[in-house]
Amino acid sequence: MKKITTLAALLLVLPAAWAGSEDTYAEFKAMMDRSFQTNGIAAKHRMYQLDFQKACSVEKQPSKQVMAQIEAAQLKTIRYPADGKYFGNWKEGEKIAVSGRGLTWTDQTPHNNGGGCYNCHQMSHHEVSYGTIGPSLLEYGKVRGNSDEIVKYTWGKIYNAKAFNACSNMPRNGDAEILTEQQIKHLMAFLFDPASPVNQK
Amino acid sequence: MLAPKKYTVFVLAALLAGPAFSASASDKLLDGINEYREALADGNPSELAAAEGEELWKTKRGPKNSSLERCDLGLGPGVIKGASAQLPRFFKDTGKVQDLETRLMTCMETLQGLDPQAVVKAGWLKGEKEKVAALVAYVVTESNGHKIKIDMRPPEMKKMYEMGKLAFYHRAGPMDFSCATCHGEQGKRIRMQELPDLRTQEGAAAGWGSWPAYRVSAGQFWTMQHRLNDCYRQQRAAEPIYGADVTIALSVYLAATANGGKVVTPGIKR
Ligand code: HEC
Ligand code: HEC
Repeated sequence: MKKITTLAALLLVLPAAWAGSEDTYAEFKAMMDRSFQTNGIAAKHRMYQLDFQKACSVEKQPSKQVMAQIEAAQLKTIRYPADGKYFGNWKEGEKIAVSGRGLTWTDQTPHNNGGGCYNCHQMSHHEVSYGTIGPSLLEYGKVRGNSDEIVKYTWGKIYNAKAFNACSNMPRNGDAEILTEQQIKHLMAFLFDPASPVNQK
Repeated sequence: MLAPKKYTVFVLAALLAGPAFSASASDKLLDGINEYREALADGNPSELAAAEGEELWKTKRGPKNSSLERCDLGLGPGVIKGASAQLPRFFKDTGKVQDLETRLMTCMETLQGLDPQAVVKAGWLKGEKEKVAALVAYVVTESNGHKIKIDMRPPEMKKMYEMGKLAFYHRAGPMDFSCATCHGEQGKRIRMQELPDLRTQEGAAAGWGSWPAYRVSAGQFWTMQHRLNDCYRQQRAAEPIYGADVTIALSVYLAATANGGKVVTPGIKR
Protein backbone atom coordinates (compact mmCIF):
# COMPACT_ATOMS: atom_id res chain seq x y z
CA MET A 1 0.00 0.00 0.00
CA LYS A 2 2.76 2.37 0.99
CA LYS A 3 4.74 1.80 -2.20
CA ILE A 4 1.69 2.66 -4.27
CA THR A 5 1.14 6.02 -2.61
CA THR A 6 4.78 7.08 -2.85
CA LEU A 7 4.85 6.34 -6.54
CA ALA A 8 1.49 8.00 -7.14
CA ALA A 9 2.88 11.15 -5.58
CA LEU A 10 5.93 10.97 -7.79
CA LEU A 11 3.79 10.54 -10.89
CA LEU A 12 1.85 13.65 -9.94
CA VAL A 13 5.04 15.64 -9.65
CA LEU A 14 6.19 14.29 -13.00
CA PRO A 15 3.21 14.35 -15.34
CA ALA A 16 5.56 13.68 -18.26
CA ALA A 17 5.85 10.11 -16.98
CA TRP A 18 2.53 9.56 -18.70
CA ALA A 19 2.39 11.02 -22.18
CA GLY A 20 -1.34 11.48 -22.77
CA SER A 21 -3.68 14.12 -21.39
CA GLU A 22 -5.88 13.36 -18.38
CA ASP A 23 -9.06 13.68 -20.49
CA THR A 24 -7.83 11.10 -22.96
CA TYR A 25 -6.85 8.82 -20.12
CA ALA A 26 -10.29 9.12 -18.50
CA GLU A 27 -11.90 8.25 -21.82
CA PHE A 28 -9.55 5.31 -22.22
CA LYS A 29 -10.32 4.01 -18.74
CA ALA A 30 -14.06 4.21 -19.45
CA MET A 31 -13.54 2.25 -22.67
CA MET A 32 -11.55 -0.45 -20.87
CA ASP A 33 -14.19 -0.59 -18.16
CA ARG A 34 -17.04 -1.35 -20.56
CA SER A 35 -14.98 -3.67 -22.79
CA PHE A 36 -14.05 -6.44 -20.35
CA GLN A 37 -15.90 -9.06 -18.35
CA THR A 38 -14.95 -11.60 -15.69
CA ASN A 39 -14.44 -15.10 -17.02
CA GLY A 40 -13.63 -17.80 -14.44
CA ILE A 41 -10.55 -16.90 -12.40
CA ALA A 42 -9.77 -13.98 -14.74
CA ALA A 43 -11.70 -11.30 -12.89
CA LYS A 44 -12.51 -7.97 -14.49
CA HIS A 45 -10.47 -6.07 -11.91
CA ARG A 46 -7.33 -7.50 -13.50
CA MET A 47 -7.64 -4.68 -16.03
CA TYR A 48 -7.15 -2.03 -13.34
CA GLN A 49 -3.51 -1.08 -13.10
CA LEU A 50 -1.02 -0.87 -10.30
CA ASP A 51 0.84 2.45 -10.34
CA PHE A 52 4.03 0.94 -11.69
CA GLN A 53 2.09 -0.90 -14.41
CA LYS A 54 0.62 2.41 -15.48
CA ALA A 55 4.01 4.12 -15.43
CA CYS A 56 5.36 1.32 -17.65
CA SER A 57 2.44 1.43 -20.14
CA VAL A 58 4.28 3.76 -22.47
CA GLU A 59 6.08 3.52 -25.77
CA LYS A 60 9.39 4.65 -24.33
CA GLN A 61 10.59 3.83 -20.84
CA PRO A 62 9.78 6.31 -18.08
CA SER A 63 12.49 8.63 -16.77
CA LYS A 64 15.46 7.31 -14.78
CA GLN A 65 14.02 8.87 -11.64
CA VAL A 66 10.66 7.09 -11.97
CA MET A 67 12.41 3.82 -12.81
CA ALA A 68 14.65 4.08 -9.74
CA GLN A 69 11.63 4.83 -7.56
CA ILE A 70 9.76 1.78 -8.86
CA GLU A 71 12.81 -0.45 -8.43
CA ALA A 72 13.33 0.66 -4.83
CA ALA A 73 9.67 -0.07 -4.01
CA GLN A 74 9.70 -3.45 -5.76
CA LEU A 75 12.94 -4.47 -4.04
CA LYS A 76 11.14 -4.24 -0.71
CA THR A 77 8.60 -6.89 -1.77
CA ILE A 78 11.21 -9.63 -2.10
CA ARG A 79 10.98 -12.36 0.55
CA TYR A 80 14.09 -14.48 0.82
CA PRO A 81 13.63 -18.10 2.00
CA ALA A 82 12.87 -18.11 5.74
CA ASP A 83 14.94 -21.25 6.35
CA GLY A 84 17.92 -19.84 4.41
CA LYS A 85 17.75 -22.74 1.93
CA TYR A 86 17.77 -21.51 -1.66
CA PHE A 87 17.82 -24.78 -3.57
CA GLY A 88 15.23 -27.50 -4.19
CA ASN A 89 15.27 -30.27 -6.76
CA TRP A 90 16.38 -29.39 -10.32
CA LYS A 91 14.17 -32.08 -11.85
CA GLU A 92 11.10 -30.42 -10.36
CA GLY A 93 12.50 -27.08 -11.44
CA GLU A 94 12.74 -28.22 -15.04
CA LYS A 95 9.05 -29.16 -15.08
CA ILE A 96 8.11 -25.74 -13.74
CA ALA A 97 10.32 -24.00 -16.33
CA VAL A 98 8.72 -25.99 -19.16
CA SER A 99 5.10 -25.46 -18.13
CA GLY A 100 3.56 -22.28 -19.47
CA ARG A 101 0.26 -23.02 -17.80
CA GLY A 102 -1.66 -20.90 -15.34
CA LEU A 103 -3.77 -17.85 -14.54
CA THR A 104 -5.76 -17.68 -17.80
CA TRP A 105 -9.56 -17.88 -17.85
CA THR A 106 -9.29 -21.48 -19.07
CA ASP A 107 -7.34 -22.47 -15.92
CA GLN A 108 -9.43 -23.80 -13.05
CA THR A 109 -7.49 -22.43 -10.08
CA PRO A 110 -5.01 -19.60 -9.54
CA HIS A 111 -2.60 -22.14 -8.00
CA ASN A 112 -0.41 -24.88 -9.55
CA ASN A 113 1.02 -22.54 -12.14
CA GLY A 114 3.99 -23.14 -14.38
CA GLY A 115 6.82 -20.61 -14.61
CA GLY A 116 6.66 -20.34 -18.40
CA CYS A 117 10.40 -19.68 -18.38
CA TYR A 118 10.92 -21.40 -21.74
CA ASN A 119 8.45 -19.02 -23.34
CA CYS A 120 11.15 -16.35 -23.02
CA HIS A 121 14.50 -18.02 -22.21
CA GLN A 122 16.89 -20.58 -23.59
CA MET A 123 17.81 -22.67 -20.56
CA SER A 124 19.08 -26.21 -21.07
CA HIS A 125 21.24 -27.99 -23.60
CA HIS A 126 18.49 -30.33 -24.78
CA GLU A 127 15.41 -28.12 -25.16
CA VAL A 128 15.43 -26.42 -28.58
CA SER A 129 11.91 -24.99 -28.32
CA TYR A 130 12.62 -21.79 -26.43
CA GLY A 131 11.57 -18.17 -26.75
CA THR A 132 13.84 -15.16 -27.08
CA ILE A 133 12.04 -12.35 -25.23
CA GLY A 134 14.54 -12.80 -22.39
CA PRO A 135 18.31 -13.49 -22.56
CA SER A 136 19.71 -17.01 -22.81
CA LEU A 137 20.23 -18.63 -19.40
CA LEU A 138 22.20 -21.56 -20.82
CA GLU A 139 24.97 -22.67 -18.41
CA TYR A 140 23.71 -20.10 -15.92
CA GLY A 141 25.32 -21.67 -12.82
CA LYS A 142 28.46 -22.71 -14.66
CA VAL A 143 29.06 -19.18 -15.94
CA ARG A 144 27.95 -17.21 -12.87
CA GLY A 145 29.24 -19.47 -10.11
CA ASN A 146 27.34 -19.72 -6.85
CA SER A 147 28.55 -16.85 -4.68
CA ASP A 148 26.08 -15.57 -2.07
CA GLU A 149 25.69 -12.44 -4.12
CA ILE A 150 24.69 -14.15 -7.38
CA VAL A 151 22.42 -16.63 -5.57
CA LYS A 152 20.61 -13.84 -3.77
CA TYR A 153 20.34 -11.73 -6.92
CA THR A 154 18.90 -14.64 -8.91
CA TRP A 155 16.34 -15.41 -6.20
CA GLY A 156 15.33 -11.76 -6.20
CA LYS A 157 15.13 -11.59 -9.98
CA ILE A 158 12.79 -14.59 -10.13
CA TYR A 159 10.77 -13.30 -7.16
CA ASN A 160 10.31 -9.80 -8.54
CA ALA A 161 12.08 -8.92 -11.79
CA LYS A 162 10.89 -5.31 -11.51
CA ALA A 163 13.22 -4.73 -8.56
CA PHE A 164 16.14 -4.72 -11.00
CA ASN A 165 14.49 -3.32 -14.13
CA ALA A 166 11.34 -1.33 -13.40
CA CYS A 167 9.52 -2.12 -16.64
CA SER A 168 10.94 -5.61 -17.25
CA ASN A 169 8.88 -7.91 -19.45
CA MET A 170 9.46 -10.66 -16.91
CA PRO A 171 6.61 -11.37 -14.46
CA ARG A 172 6.90 -10.88 -10.68
CA ASN A 173 6.72 -14.61 -9.94
CA GLY A 174 6.90 -14.35 -6.15
CA ASP A 175 5.38 -10.92 -5.50
CA ALA A 176 2.37 -11.55 -7.76
CA GLU A 177 1.98 -15.06 -6.27
CA ILE A 178 2.41 -16.82 -9.57
CA LEU A 179 4.87 -19.32 -8.03
CA THR A 180 5.34 -20.55 -4.46
CA GLU A 181 8.57 -20.27 -2.49
CA GLN A 182 9.08 -24.02 -2.96
CA GLN A 183 8.70 -23.74 -6.75
CA ILE A 184 11.26 -20.92 -6.83
CA LYS A 185 13.68 -23.15 -4.88
CA HIS A 186 13.25 -25.87 -7.52
CA LEU A 187 13.93 -23.32 -10.29
CA MET A 188 17.04 -22.11 -8.45
CA ALA A 189 18.33 -25.71 -8.41
CA PHE A 190 17.56 -26.03 -12.12
CA LEU A 191 19.67 -22.92 -12.83
CA PHE A 192 22.56 -23.65 -10.44
CA ASP A 193 22.92 -27.42 -9.89
CA PRO A 194 26.02 -28.71 -11.76
CA ALA A 195 24.03 -31.86 -12.64
CA SER A 196 21.16 -29.91 -14.18
CA PRO A 197 20.90 -29.89 -18.00
CA VAL A 198 21.25 -26.11 -17.80
CA ASN A 199 24.91 -26.64 -16.83
CA GLN A 200 25.65 -30.04 -18.31
CA LYS A 201 25.41 -31.43 -21.84
CA MET B 1 -9.72 -32.43 -54.48
CA LEU B 2 -9.80 -32.44 -50.73
CA ALA B 3 -7.61 -35.44 -50.03
CA PRO B 4 -4.15 -34.04 -50.87
CA LYS B 5 -4.94 -30.87 -48.99
CA LYS B 6 -5.95 -32.84 -45.93
CA TYR B 7 -2.66 -34.69 -46.19
CA THR B 8 -0.50 -31.56 -46.20
CA VAL B 9 -2.50 -30.15 -43.33
CA PHE B 10 -1.85 -33.33 -41.44
CA VAL B 11 1.88 -33.25 -42.11
CA LEU B 12 2.05 -29.63 -40.98
CA ALA B 13 0.09 -30.44 -37.85
CA ALA B 14 2.46 -33.30 -37.10
CA LEU B 15 5.44 -31.04 -37.63
CA LEU B 16 4.13 -28.60 -35.13
CA ALA B 17 2.67 -31.09 -32.75
CA GLY B 18 4.98 -31.18 -29.83
CA PRO B 19 8.20 -30.40 -28.09
CA ALA B 20 9.59 -33.73 -29.31
CA PHE B 21 11.56 -32.26 -32.19
CA SER B 22 14.47 -34.45 -33.16
CA ALA B 23 18.05 -33.24 -33.00
CA SER B 24 17.47 -30.90 -35.95
CA ALA B 25 17.92 -27.25 -35.06
CA SER B 26 15.09 -24.85 -34.51
CA ASP B 27 15.85 -22.85 -37.67
CA LYS B 28 15.35 -25.95 -39.76
CA LEU B 29 12.00 -26.47 -38.17
CA LEU B 30 10.93 -22.92 -38.96
CA ASP B 31 12.04 -23.39 -42.58
CA GLY B 32 9.94 -26.52 -42.73
CA ILE B 33 6.90 -24.70 -41.44
CA ASN B 34 7.33 -21.91 -43.99
CA GLU B 35 7.68 -24.42 -46.81
CA TYR B 36 4.46 -26.12 -45.84
CA ARG B 37 2.74 -22.78 -45.61
CA GLU B 38 3.76 -22.06 -49.20
CA ALA B 39 2.60 -25.49 -50.32
CA LEU B 40 -0.76 -24.90 -48.70
CA ALA B 41 -1.21 -21.48 -50.22
CA ASP B 42 -2.76 -22.80 -53.47
CA GLY B 43 -5.38 -24.81 -51.64
CA ASN B 44 -6.58 -22.95 -48.58
CA PRO B 45 -8.38 -25.04 -45.98
CA SER B 46 -10.62 -22.03 -45.30
CA GLU B 47 -12.38 -22.69 -48.62
CA LEU B 48 -15.02 -24.80 -46.92
CA ALA B 49 -15.91 -22.05 -44.46
CA ALA B 50 -15.88 -19.47 -47.27
CA ALA B 51 -18.27 -21.56 -49.37
CA GLU B 52 -20.56 -21.93 -46.39
CA GLY B 53 -20.37 -18.15 -45.86
CA GLU B 54 -21.23 -17.41 -49.48
CA GLU B 55 -24.34 -19.53 -49.17
CA LEU B 56 -25.29 -17.85 -45.89
CA TRP B 57 -24.82 -14.40 -47.48
CA LYS B 58 -27.45 -15.32 -50.09
CA THR B 59 -29.84 -17.17 -47.77
CA LYS B 60 -32.99 -15.55 -46.43
CA ARG B 61 -32.89 -15.73 -42.63
CA GLY B 62 -34.25 -14.11 -39.50
CA PRO B 63 -37.60 -12.47 -38.61
CA LYS B 64 -37.34 -10.30 -41.73
CA ASN B 65 -36.66 -13.34 -43.91
CA SER B 66 -34.05 -11.54 -45.90
CA SER B 67 -30.54 -12.23 -47.23
CA LEU B 68 -27.42 -10.14 -46.62
CA GLU B 69 -26.99 -9.32 -50.30
CA ARG B 70 -27.67 -5.62 -49.68
CA CYS B 71 -25.29 -5.40 -46.71
CA ASP B 72 -23.06 -2.31 -46.96
CA LEU B 73 -19.52 -3.12 -45.81
CA GLY B 74 -18.36 0.37 -46.65
CA LEU B 75 -18.14 0.28 -50.44
CA GLY B 76 -21.90 0.34 -51.08
CA PRO B 77 -24.73 -2.19 -50.70
CA GLY B 78 -23.66 -5.68 -51.71
CA VAL B 79 -20.07 -4.78 -52.64
CA ILE B 80 -17.72 -7.40 -51.19
CA LYS B 81 -14.69 -7.21 -53.44
CA GLY B 82 -11.94 -5.35 -51.57
CA ALA B 83 -14.27 -4.39 -48.71
CA SER B 84 -12.44 -6.04 -45.82
CA ALA B 85 -9.09 -4.54 -46.93
CA GLN B 86 -10.60 -1.16 -45.98
CA LEU B 87 -11.96 -2.17 -42.58
CA PRO B 88 -12.25 -1.02 -39.83
CA ARG B 89 -13.89 2.21 -40.96
CA PHE B 90 -16.24 4.88 -39.66
CA PHE B 91 -19.87 4.26 -40.70
CA LYS B 92 -22.20 7.25 -40.80
CA ASP B 93 -25.37 5.16 -40.47
CA THR B 94 -24.37 3.68 -37.11
CA GLY B 95 -22.17 6.60 -36.05
CA LYS B 96 -19.53 4.06 -35.10
CA VAL B 97 -16.18 2.74 -36.13
CA GLN B 98 -16.75 -0.94 -36.98
CA ASP B 99 -14.63 -3.92 -37.92
CA LEU B 100 -15.87 -6.61 -40.28
CA GLU B 101 -17.51 -8.66 -37.56
CA THR B 102 -19.43 -5.87 -35.85
CA ARG B 103 -20.47 -4.53 -39.28
CA LEU B 104 -21.83 -7.96 -40.23
CA MET B 105 -23.78 -7.94 -36.95
CA THR B 106 -25.28 -4.58 -37.93
CA CYS B 107 -26.38 -6.00 -41.30
CA MET B 108 -27.84 -9.09 -39.65
CA GLU B 109 -29.80 -6.84 -37.32
CA THR B 110 -31.06 -4.25 -39.81
CA LEU B 111 -31.64 -6.50 -42.82
CA GLN B 112 -32.61 -9.78 -41.14
CA GLY B 113 -33.85 -8.69 -37.72
CA LEU B 114 -31.37 -10.94 -35.89
CA ASP B 115 -30.36 -9.94 -32.34
CA PRO B 116 -26.62 -9.03 -32.15
CA GLN B 117 -26.53 -10.42 -28.61
CA ALA B 118 -27.09 -13.90 -30.08
CA VAL B 119 -23.70 -13.49 -31.76
CA VAL B 120 -22.00 -11.88 -28.75
CA LYS B 121 -23.23 -14.58 -26.34
CA ALA B 122 -22.50 -17.64 -28.49
CA GLY B 123 -19.31 -19.67 -27.87
CA TRP B 124 -16.48 -19.60 -30.42
CA LEU B 125 -17.30 -21.69 -33.50
CA LYS B 126 -20.84 -22.22 -32.24
CA GLY B 127 -24.30 -20.96 -33.16
CA GLU B 128 -24.52 -17.44 -34.57
CA LYS B 129 -20.81 -16.81 -33.93
CA GLU B 130 -19.93 -19.68 -36.25
CA LYS B 131 -22.23 -18.16 -38.85
CA VAL B 132 -20.46 -14.80 -38.59
CA ALA B 133 -17.11 -16.62 -38.93
CA ALA B 134 -18.29 -18.32 -42.14
CA LEU B 135 -19.46 -14.96 -43.51
CA VAL B 136 -16.07 -13.49 -42.56
CA ALA B 137 -14.25 -16.30 -44.42
CA TYR B 138 -16.31 -15.52 -47.54
CA VAL B 139 -15.86 -11.76 -47.35
CA VAL B 140 -12.09 -11.74 -46.67
CA THR B 141 -11.40 -14.19 -49.50
CA GLU B 142 -12.65 -11.41 -51.80
CA SER B 143 -9.95 -9.04 -50.51
CA ASN B 144 -7.06 -11.45 -50.93
CA GLY B 145 -4.20 -9.68 -52.71
CA HIS B 146 -5.66 -6.21 -52.14
CA LYS B 147 -3.81 -3.42 -50.35
CA ILE B 148 -4.68 -2.52 -46.78
CA LYS B 149 -6.35 0.87 -47.21
CA ILE B 150 -7.65 2.38 -43.99
CA ASP B 151 -9.33 5.76 -44.22
CA MET B 152 -7.88 7.66 -41.27
CA ARG B 153 -9.46 11.02 -42.12
CA PRO B 154 -12.60 10.83 -39.91
CA PRO B 155 -11.93 12.17 -36.41
CA GLU B 156 -13.66 9.07 -35.00
CA MET B 157 -10.91 6.96 -36.61
CA LYS B 158 -8.19 9.15 -35.15
CA LYS B 159 -9.78 8.79 -31.73
CA MET B 160 -9.99 5.01 -32.04
CA TYR B 161 -6.35 4.87 -33.13
CA GLU B 162 -5.33 6.80 -30.06
CA MET B 163 -7.39 4.50 -27.81
CA GLY B 164 -5.98 1.44 -29.57
CA LYS B 165 -2.43 2.55 -29.06
CA LEU B 166 -3.07 3.08 -25.35
CA ALA B 167 -4.63 -0.40 -25.18
CA PHE B 168 -1.60 -1.88 -26.96
CA TYR B 169 0.74 -0.63 -24.22
CA HIS B 170 -1.66 -1.18 -21.32
CA ARG B 171 0.12 -3.42 -18.80
CA ALA B 172 -2.09 -5.11 -16.25
CA GLY B 173 -2.98 -8.41 -14.62
CA PRO B 174 -0.95 -10.90 -12.59
CA MET B 175 1.85 -11.10 -15.19
CA ASP B 176 2.06 -7.34 -15.96
CA PHE B 177 1.80 -8.11 -19.70
CA SER B 178 0.64 -5.82 -22.49
CA CYS B 179 0.44 -6.52 -26.21
CA ALA B 180 3.85 -4.84 -26.43
CA THR B 181 5.40 -7.47 -24.13
CA CYS B 182 5.02 -10.04 -26.89
CA HIS B 183 4.71 -7.88 -30.01
CA GLY B 184 6.90 -4.87 -29.22
CA GLU B 185 10.31 -5.93 -30.46
CA GLN B 186 11.70 -7.20 -33.71
CA GLY B 187 12.63 -10.84 -34.23
CA LYS B 188 11.36 -12.31 -30.95
CA ARG B 189 9.79 -15.70 -30.32
CA ILE B 190 7.66 -17.38 -27.68
CA ARG B 191 8.89 -20.95 -27.72
CA MET B 192 9.05 -21.67 -31.47
CA GLN B 193 6.35 -19.17 -32.37
CA GLU B 194 7.67 -16.12 -34.21
CA LEU B 195 6.08 -12.88 -33.05
CA PRO B 196 5.53 -9.98 -35.42
CA ASP B 197 6.58 -6.54 -34.13
CA LEU B 198 3.16 -4.96 -34.45
CA ARG B 199 4.45 -1.43 -33.84
CA THR B 200 6.08 -1.33 -37.27
CA GLN B 201 4.39 -1.13 -40.69
CA GLU B 202 6.09 -4.32 -41.82
CA GLY B 203 5.18 -6.29 -38.72
CA ALA B 204 1.63 -5.01 -38.56
CA ALA B 205 1.12 -5.74 -42.27
CA ALA B 206 2.31 -9.32 -41.71
CA GLY B 207 0.26 -9.77 -38.53
CA TRP B 208 -2.91 -7.86 -39.37
CA GLY B 209 -2.86 -8.58 -43.11
CA SER B 210 -2.83 -12.35 -42.70
CA TRP B 211 -5.85 -12.54 -40.41
CA PRO B 212 -8.52 -13.96 -40.26
CA ALA B 213 -6.83 -17.31 -40.72
CA TYR B 214 -7.13 -21.06 -40.71
CA ARG B 215 -5.31 -22.49 -37.69
CA VAL B 216 -3.83 -25.80 -38.69
CA SER B 217 -3.08 -26.99 -35.15
CA ALA B 218 -6.69 -26.47 -34.14
CA GLY B 219 -8.20 -27.38 -37.52
CA GLN B 220 -10.34 -24.26 -37.21
CA PHE B 221 -11.02 -21.01 -39.00
CA TRP B 222 -10.48 -18.08 -36.61
CA THR B 223 -11.70 -14.51 -37.06
CA MET B 224 -9.70 -11.48 -35.89
CA GLN B 225 -11.97 -11.12 -32.85
CA HIS B 226 -11.09 -14.71 -31.96
CA ARG B 227 -7.34 -14.00 -32.39
CA LEU B 228 -7.49 -10.93 -30.16
CA ASN B 229 -9.52 -12.81 -27.57
CA ASP B 230 -6.92 -15.55 -27.37
CA CYS B 231 -4.05 -13.05 -27.08
CA TYR B 232 -5.86 -11.42 -24.15
CA ARG B 233 -6.19 -14.89 -22.63
CA GLN B 234 -2.44 -15.43 -22.95
CA GLN B 235 -1.94 -11.97 -21.52
CA ARG B 236 -3.77 -13.19 -18.37
CA ALA B 237 -6.24 -10.36 -18.81
CA ALA B 238 -9.96 -10.42 -18.12
CA GLU B 239 -11.98 -11.38 -21.20
CA PRO B 240 -12.76 -8.73 -23.82
CA ILE B 241 -16.46 -8.76 -24.73
CA TYR B 242 -17.00 -9.78 -28.37
CA GLY B 243 -16.92 -6.68 -30.57
CA ALA B 244 -16.29 -4.35 -27.60
CA ASP B 245 -14.65 -0.97 -28.23
CA VAL B 246 -11.23 -2.14 -27.06
CA THR B 247 -11.17 -4.76 -29.83
CA ILE B 248 -12.19 -2.16 -32.44
CA ALA B 249 -9.63 0.33 -31.12
CA LEU B 250 -6.82 -2.26 -31.28
CA SER B 251 -7.94 -3.25 -34.79
CA VAL B 252 -7.79 0.37 -35.94
CA TYR B 253 -4.33 0.76 -34.40
CA LEU B 254 -3.04 -2.42 -36.08
CA ALA B 255 -4.73 -1.84 -39.44
CA ALA B 256 -3.67 1.81 -39.65
CA THR B 257 -0.10 0.85 -38.78
CA ALA B 258 -0.28 -1.80 -41.50
CA ASN B 259 -1.66 0.64 -44.09
CA GLY B 260 -0.34 -0.01 -47.59
CA GLY B 261 0.62 -3.61 -46.81
CA LYS B 262 -0.76 -6.59 -48.66
CA VAL B 263 -3.81 -8.55 -47.57
CA VAL B 264 -3.29 -12.31 -47.61
CA THR B 265 -6.61 -13.59 -46.32
CA PRO B 266 -7.63 -16.04 -45.21
CA GLY B 267 -4.19 -16.70 -43.75
CA ILE B 268 -2.81 -20.09 -42.78
CA LYS B 269 -1.34 -20.35 -39.30
CA ARG B 270 0.11 -22.83 -36.88
C1 HEC C 1 7.68 -12.76 -20.57
C2 HEC C 1 9.08 -12.97 -20.56
C3 HEC C 1 9.79 -13.67 -19.44
C4 HEC C 1 9.42 -14.75 -18.69
C5 HEC C 1 8.13 -15.55 -18.76
C6 HEC C 1 10.52 -15.06 -17.82
N1 HEC C 1 11.52 -14.16 -18.02
FE1 HEC C 1 13.34 -14.11 -17.08
N2 HEC C 1 13.84 -12.42 -18.06
C7 HEC C 1 13.10 -11.81 -19.05
C8 HEC C 1 13.80 -10.64 -19.52
C9 HEC C 1 13.31 -9.69 -20.61
C10 HEC C 1 15.01 -10.56 -18.80
C11 HEC C 1 16.13 -9.52 -18.98
C12 HEC C 1 16.22 -8.52 -17.88
C13 HEC C 1 14.97 -7.72 -17.64
O1 HEC C 1 14.60 -6.90 -18.46
O2 HEC C 1 14.34 -7.98 -16.62
C14 HEC C 1 15.00 -11.69 -17.87
C15 HEC C 1 16.01 -11.98 -16.98
C16 HEC C 1 16.09 -13.13 -16.20
C17 HEC C 1 17.19 -13.46 -15.31
C18 HEC C 1 18.42 -12.62 -15.08
C19 HEC C 1 19.44 -12.88 -16.11
C20 HEC C 1 20.69 -12.06 -15.92
O3 HEC C 1 21.57 -12.20 -16.75
O4 HEC C 1 20.78 -11.30 -14.96
C21 HEC C 1 16.90 -14.65 -14.73
C22 HEC C 1 17.75 -15.45 -13.74
C23 HEC C 1 15.61 -15.08 -15.24
N3 HEC C 1 15.15 -14.14 -16.13
C24 HEC C 1 14.97 -16.25 -14.88
C25 HEC C 1 13.67 -16.57 -15.25
C26 HEC C 1 12.94 -17.72 -14.75
C27 HEC C 1 13.50 -18.77 -13.81
C28 HEC C 1 11.69 -17.67 -15.30
C29 HEC C 1 10.51 -18.57 -15.08
C30 HEC C 1 10.03 -18.72 -13.75
C31 HEC C 1 11.64 -16.49 -16.16
N4 HEC C 1 12.86 -15.86 -16.10
C32 HEC C 1 10.53 -16.09 -16.90
C33 HEC C 1 11.86 -12.23 -19.52
C34 HEC C 1 11.12 -13.30 -19.02
C1 HEC D 1 1.92 -13.62 -23.72
C2 HEC D 1 2.12 -13.40 -25.09
C3 HEC D 1 1.19 -12.56 -25.94
C4 HEC D 1 0.52 -11.40 -25.62
C5 HEC D 1 0.53 -10.65 -24.31
C6 HEC D 1 -0.19 -11.00 -26.81
N1 HEC D 1 0.04 -11.88 -27.83
FE1 HEC D 1 -0.59 -11.70 -29.77
N2 HEC D 1 0.31 -13.49 -30.21
C7 HEC D 1 1.02 -14.26 -29.33
C8 HEC D 1 1.42 -15.49 -29.99
C9 HEC D 1 2.22 -16.63 -29.35
C10 HEC D 1 0.94 -15.40 -31.30
C11 HEC D 1 1.08 -16.44 -32.37
C12 HEC D 1 -0.23 -17.04 -32.50
C13 HEC D 1 -0.39 -18.50 -32.56
O1 HEC D 1 -0.37 -19.03 -33.67
O2 HEC D 1 -0.64 -19.11 -31.51
C14 HEC D 1 0.24 -14.12 -31.41
C15 HEC D 1 -0.37 -13.63 -32.58
C16 HEC D 1 -0.94 -12.38 -32.73
C17 HEC D 1 -1.39 -11.82 -33.98
C18 HEC D 1 -1.31 -12.48 -35.32
C19 HEC D 1 0.08 -12.40 -35.82
C20 HEC D 1 0.38 -13.30 -36.98
O3 HEC D 1 1.37 -13.02 -37.66
O4 HEC D 1 -0.32 -14.28 -37.20
C21 HEC D 1 -1.87 -10.57 -33.71
C22 HEC D 1 -2.43 -9.58 -34.71
C23 HEC D 1 -1.73 -10.37 -32.27
N3 HEC D 1 -1.15 -11.48 -31.71
C24 HEC D 1 -2.12 -9.23 -31.60
C25 HEC D 1 -2.03 -9.08 -30.21
C26 HEC D 1 -2.61 -7.96 -29.47
C27 HEC D 1 -3.35 -6.80 -30.10
C28 HEC D 1 -2.34 -8.18 -28.16
C29 HEC D 1 -2.81 -7.41 -26.95
C30 HEC D 1 -4.21 -7.31 -26.75
C31 HEC D 1 -1.54 -9.39 -28.07
N4 HEC D 1 -1.40 -9.92 -29.32
C32 HEC D 1 -1.02 -9.88 -26.89
C33 HEC D 1 1.35 -13.95 -28.03
C34 HEC D 1 0.87 -12.86 -27.33
